[in-house]
Amino acid sequence: MKIIVCVKQVPDASDVRLDPVTNTLAREGVQSIMNPYDQHALEEAVRLKEKHGGEVIVVTMGPPQAEEILRLAISCGADSVVLVSDRAFAGADTWATSYTLEHAVKKIGAFDLILCGKQAIDGDTAQVGPGLATRLDIPYLTCVQKVRESSDKGLIVERMMDDGYDVVAVDYPALLTVVKNINEPRVPSLKGKMKAKKAEILRLSAADIGADAACIGLPGSPTKVVNVFPPETRGGRSVLTGTLDEQLDQLVDKLLPYL
Amino acid sequence: MDYFLSEEQQMIVDITRQITDERIIPIRAELDEKHQFPRQILNEMAQADLFGVPIPEEYGGFGGGCLDIAITVEQLGRGCIGVGTAFAANFLGVYPIIIAGSEEMKQKYLPDVATGKKFGAFGLTEANAGSDASGIQTTAVLDGDEWVLNGTKQWITNGGEAQIYSVVAITDRSRGPRGASLFVVEEGDPGFSCGPKEKKMGIRASSTTELIFKDCRIPKDRLIGRAGTGFITVMKTLDLSRPGIAALGVGLAQGALDEAVKYAKQRQQFGKPIIAFQAVQHMLADMAIGIESARALVYAAARHIQAHPKDMSKASAMCKTYATDVAMKVATDAVQVMGGYGYMCEYPAEKMMRDAKILQIYEGTNQIQRNVIGQELNKEYS
Repeated sequence: MKIIVCVKQVPDASDVRLDPVTNTLAREGVQSIMNPYDQHALEEAVRLKEKHGGEVIVVTMGPPQAEEILRLAISCGADSVVLVSDRAFAGADTWATSYTLEHAVKKIGAFDLILCGKQAIDGDTAQVGPGLATRLDIPYLTCVQKVRESSDKGLIVERMMDDGYDVVAVDYPALLTVVKNINEPRVPSLKGKMKAKKAEILRLSAADIGADAACIGLPGSPTKVVNVFPPETRGGRSVLTGTLDEQLDQLVDKLLPYL
Repeated sequence: MDYFLSEEQQMIVDITRQITDERIIPIRAELDEKHQFPRQILNEMAQADLFGVPIPEEYGGFGGGCLDIAITVEQLGRGCIGVGTAFAANFLGVYPIIIAGSEEMKQKYLPDVATGKKFGAFGLTEANAGSDASGIQTTAVLDGDEWVLNGTKQWITNGGEAQIYSVVAITDRSRGPRGASLFVVEEGDPGFSCGPKEKKMGIRASSTTELIFKDCRIPKDRLIGRAGTGFITVMKTLDLSRPGIAALGVGLAQGALDEAVKYAKQRQQFGKPIIAFQAVQHMLADMAIGIESARALVYAAARHIQAHPKDMSKASAMCKTYATDVAMKVATDAVQVMGGYGYMCEYPAEKMMRDAKILQIYEGTNQIQRNVIGQELNKEYS
């Protein structure tokens, strides 16, 4: 079984600041981590590999520093890693990113399954996984919370919904995006860390994956960020006091105007 | 302070730190309250290859030395020495095999220990044999191709949880200490059972039981080394393992200081955080000095033991005594700095104080350690 996991390097959410001038995330001096949802995708991939055999290939599009999360991926069970990196990719939105990943995946070759995190915690779009599947013309399932059954032909999974979950069967090749309660990612192993230290990282440029310069990076991105702002805090909180009956009366009075 | 650990050692520290922060600290209070053995945490440590750290490479381990295991348990100790004790006692159980076991015995047991599939325990103490190990009553008699064990071991860490037990029994009472031998007893051997879990003041995540042998029959080849060499192997085992106990003490003390400083910065009295008061600052400073000097001694002793395996006793006894005395003092002072809150179970300091006490008692009381150091000095100056 050949599984590709797409991961992204993101700023540590516990330390997020906005650049007041550009309204984009300030990345300088902020610790980078593997997107937490992607860690769950990697863990699920490694578990499937441990059950069925095969290999887990982790791919990221990012700057050279993204090598760090690829080494972390190896220490957590990935077999090989691919860094898709080129100055020409800079400024990519989800449209250009899914185009780039599509070409990277095609370069890697045949696969059974692609796993992604539900979304990245910096952009929060949740578009790249579905976008990649659409470009590759394979089925995708988002927000998978459990793999119920797995075989060498396909999977039966639970897809999280607002009002419960769907049970869905899917044949390979397919793409899943996963939510955090699918598993508990493992701690890196000592052997894994030693392997990660020595591991060779396959680097692919825009030319290597045969990407059209007009479709990548800023030129290939139709999205324009007009404004980024913190949401206004909602005011007007009040605490009801008195006996339970008195509080209920007050509550009814407050709610009545809205009915 | 920078102790110039190797890259591999730093990896061990990083992995164990992550396990301690993410897996142990969030549930340590619950493990303590329920006297619950940390099976899940140990499984994760096995998955992270930590059980292979002190096992020789030819048996599937990393061939790490005394310092490697010390830095591992130090991190665990920062979170919970109950968990750390369960982990460390596993190796106490298999050190006799590493030190004196036959090649077949090593092949049979060590690979499963290195992967965490099997777990070890060490059976020395008895009701009448604590500091004075010559009081051992458990006997082993050769009957054809089998040894027959009778007797009861007391307060055995990992009892009921381990699969491999190194057990000391008397094979020739007339020869005194030279009549003791070490055996491997396996879970499920006929005539072998474990008593109920003891209720303890601290380290409640670890399991402590009796080991009961009633005409327990084991194959002849379960004898570790030669008959009569049991005590020598026991002494070597304890010399090798004591820096681990010392490191648990350093870790516990560090965890207590972390809590005390965090609290002192946030607790406001008389209009300022209490860390602004010199009385509190000086307590914290003394705690920090004690911890750093204990850590320096433990690491130095561990390196010495790795380099001089025939000259372990004094270094081992000194670091165990000093670091565990520091742990007791620092944990007590952490409770003091935190005042009433420190005494409440809601905060971790009281557990650390309860836990710390055992460090001065087990694997040789600190009084016995001072005897060892004193005797070594007497020899050195003769």
